[in-house]
Amino acid sequence: MKARVFVTLKNGVLDPQGKAIGHALNGLGFGAVGEVRQGKVIDLELSETNEAKARAALNDMCEKLLANTVIEKYEIELKA
Amino acid sequence: MTEITPELVAEHGLTGEEYGRIKRLLNREPSFVELGIFSVMWSEHCSYKSTRIHLRKLPTKAPWVIQGPGENAGVIDIGDGDACIFKMESHNHPSFIEPYQGAATGVGGIMRDVFTMGARPIAMMNALRFGEPSHPKTRHLVSGVVSGIGGYGNCMGVPTVGGEVNFHKSYNGNILVNAMCVGLARTDNIFLSAAKGAGNPVVYIGSKTGRDGIHGATMASAEFSEDSEEKRPTVQVGDPFTEKLLLEACLELMATDAIIAIQDMGAAGLTSSSAEMADKGGSGIELDLDKVPQREAGMTAYDMMLSESQERMLAVLKPGREAQAEAIFKKWELDFAVIGITTDTRRLVVKHKGEIVADMPVTALSDAAPLYERPFSKRPPATGTPSFDASRPVMASLKKILAAPDMCSRRWVWQQYDYTVMADTVQMPGGDAAVVRVHHSNKGLAITTDVTPRYCKADPYEGAKQAVAEAWRNITAVGAMPLALTDNLNFGNPQKPEIMGEIVSGIDGIGEACRALDFPVIGGNCSLYNETNGEGIPPTPAIGGVGLMADLHRMATIAFKREGDAIILVGDTKGHLGQSIYLREVEGREEGRCPPVDLAAEKRNGDFVRRLIEAGRVDTVHDLSDGGVLVAVAEMALAGNIGADIGVAGTAHSIPFFFGEDQGRYLLTASPVEADRIEGELRHAGIVHAIIGKTIAEKVLRVEREGETSLSTLRAAHEGWFPSYMSGEEIPPTN
Amino acid sequence: MKSAVIVFPASNCDRDAAVALEQMTGRKPHMVWHQECDLPDVDLVVLPGGFSYGDYLRSGAMAGQSAVMRAVKAHAKKGGAVLGICNGFQVLTESHLLPGALMRNAGLKFVCRPVTMAVEETQNVFTRKYLHGQQVTFPVAHGDGNYFADEETLNRLEGEGRVVFRYAPGQNPNGSSRDIAGILSEKRNVLGLMPHPERVVDPLLGGTDGRGLFESLIETLS
Repeated sequence: MKARVFVTLKNGVLDPQGKAIGHALNGLGFGAVGEVRQGKVIDLELSETNEAKARAALNDMCEKLLANTVIEKYEIELKA
Repeated sequence: MTEITPELVAEHGLTGEEYGRIKRLLNREPSFVELGIFSVMWSEHCSYKSTRIHLRKLPTKAPWVIQGPGENAGVIDIGDGDACIFKMESHNHPSFIEPYQGAATGVGGIMRDVFTMGARPIAMMNALRFGEPSHPKTRHLVSGVVSGIGGYGNCMGVPTVGGEVNFHKSYNGNILVNAMCVGLARTDNIFLSAAKGAGNPVVYIGSKTGRDGIHGATMASAEFSEDSEEKRPTVQVGDPFTEKLLLEACLELMATDAIIAIQDMGAAGLTSSSAEMADKGGSGIELDLDKVPQREAGMTAYDMMLSESQERMLAVLKPGREAQAEAIFKKWELDFAVIGITTDTRRLVVKHKGEIVADMPVTALSDAAPLYERPFSKRPPATGTPSFDASRPVMASLKKILAAPDMCSRRWVWQQYDYTVMADTVQMPGGDAAVVRVHHSNKGLAITTDVTPRYCKADPYEGAKQAVAEAWRNITAVGAMPLALTDNLNFGNPQKPEIMGEIVSGIDGIGEACRALDFPVIGGNCSLYNETNGEGIPPTPAIGGVGLMADLHRMATIAFKREGDAIILVGDTKGHLGQSIYLREVEGREEGRCPPVDLAAEKRNGDFVRRLIEAGRVDTVHDLSDGGVLVAVAEMALAGNIGADIGVAGTAHSIPFFFGEDQGRYLLTASPVEADRIEGELRHAGIVHAIIGKTIAEKVLRVEREGETSLSTLRAAHEGWFPSYMSGEEIPPTN
Repeated sequence: MKSAVIVFPASNCDRDAAVALEQMTGRKPHMVWHQECDLPDVDLVVLPGGFSYGDYLRSGAMAGQSAVMRAVKAHAKKGGAVLGICNGFQVLTESHLLPGALMRNAGLKFVCRPVTMAVEETQNVFTRKYLHGQQVTFPVAHGDGNYFADEETLNRLEGEGRVVFRYAPGQNPNGSSRDIAGILSEKRNVLGLMPHPERVVDPLLGGTDGRGLFESLIETLS
């Protein structure tokens, strides 16, 4: 089973990198760009075949290591 | 089996004639893998085929030189059983294509060259040349290169203590990124690359091999064209975390006596490391590529032999020591594999999947590599004494020069480098030379990188002499004894006689200055084909110098320290404005003869100044270089936040006096009583000198008949340009 | 005072910390490898600067999960002193020994320079030898030193007198909330700070402002 974890900054946490990207896009003439937030994508391969169990394990991974929940939130996407 | 066509040969950067030579050496057509091996080993980068006969003329010996050119880095004896190991190397082409990774892997590569010899790296320097500020790529390149150097060096925990940054339109399409690493070892524990003896295990350590940077060495030996930017996949990606582990693991292994020879896998990876080790050891090597740790599936023998994946080393161990070595590398979570054995056949044999894919005499790759005595023509040097507008106000010109891209403060750059890690940085960036302490001692190493490309362009011979003299002078100005240097010869296409003429003149100039100053060359690197669309860079032979300071408490810095000190100008001021910063920045012209270097005066003046510092009589010294006397006084005042009141000595016109770039000069300060004594000694030694003023309580720079400017105004000009340029706030002035 | 310095794979200020500790206390600290599960019997544990695991994922994230950190947490729980400098501070927040998080510098660049701070708290084992409000200058050298915590946490830190070092006006090098440079744990036995006191204990290297921190520890823990 394959999983994709998206880690992004929580709303309200300042994201200077996102801000810089937005600024650069505006500078390139993409005037329609509003707020930009940057995050991370982590792809994992799992030997677990049970989706519920895989999701539970991934949640645990995010809480313990993949995301710092003081500043970040995460979403999990599972593919068979 | 891939058929070897003339197109394929050409794609490998080999001429038809060179291919004929390969066939003669092998007595047959080479296999595809062998073609790849020859192409990298015979590339300019690995073989020095255009420069070798000229490089032989350089002085490389002195009683304190332990290892001269030919190893991974040079080694000098600095007393008490300590050895200093250093080298400078270019990563120009990769940095232009991908500035962050190009610069980062350049730093990683030069560090491996130093620690593969048994040294812990203790300081990094760099010499950077970018295109003109207004060029659309320049800002991006500066930003990427600086963060790449910082990103790698900071993670390694080795302080980056200084360097040079220049801008000029002649580098628009071909920037220069030269990195220098200085390390410390014990004289009785230095490791070389000679794989002596047969039947010894050949081990692979470090990162896994991927398809990174295949043909980086041949790319570095070919001219650039617009479509090179599509060669992106050949750029290697650096992993400083792994390199840090590799450093610690190698030093741990080196503390045992298990190693016979060791060499890093840099340009041309497994090929050059195995071939060079066998060549130097007078042995042969047999490799089994199935044992090589691989990052990707389906890698061919060609891929593995030519991969330039970073953070890898090849070592030859004493038989039976494999387990001991493996335990160390496992502890550091690095790959370790026995991938071959040394033989007495003098052949490099490569096996893959049970078949022999390459089998050739080792000497075919080294001694039998082509050696060219390329035709050269020396163009006449630029001559003449340029005119200048005598009515221009001096203080306004000073302000303009202090804010010029080549002259302004580099704080924006070096604040991105951790220059204090290792807690031994005694003189940080911004002075004449950086000084780092030899850990747990009271002695230090002074380090500098220097070259003035506009002088080299005007006169490749005098310019190269000047680069060596300035490195020697910068080391002297902090109070250290210059011991040896590494050179990084950046030039254009050697197949053009006029470029080859620049190379020959440059090497001759370096040689003459080294001999006169007793400052041998102990290693270096040539980077040729620095051209874009047929246009070459100015000759840029960067010099990285190292000196020894016996007592760190007898050191000079550029900052004014006390009010009321006399400011003494040592050396002859003729007011040489040809090729000066003043002429370029204020008059907008690059012309005239470049300042000649009188090497006898250089040595006499420098030895005199160093003795004053060593005796503890002087603690404030600045060498005079770009910009001349007034710029130096301003830099000293800004560094110490103490003002100065100065005037012209004698009857010279103020513009050539204050902005001329005559060589072999220093500014120093001393109390009026001490200054009197020093003047007497200068007279006695026959050294031209003058007292040009004094330091004062007011925070201003006051110049007789020219008025005064506050230090805060000068500081704003000096500090402002770089950050505002990099933030894109300002359309930069063009040269 | 007996001390230990934790060594992560890419720690790079471990030697600097050890040299400063030895110079100040006359005793060599124990160097403890990150895979150790137990600590020697010490009064002070130092988490040094560096890049622990390359600072991949997030600075200090993987180090925060390493074997030795369980022992460090136990040491802290018993009231033992823990000092986290730079990457060590990041490890302390990642392992929840200190609240908040250290984010990318607001300027997005690594920054190395001396910064001036005020010592705002002296009622603890780390700073008692400084004067309250004293200005000290230490170097910073980091890319992720931008201290972040929610308003409630920040208010609590300030209310409980746990902000020990605060960047002087105009000196904040990284955009930290409320100019915070260093904070204490609730029990005041764990200190994390971004600037490097161990790099300013030798006049030859440009200052001795860091000595007070080591002198404070020696006075209370010896």
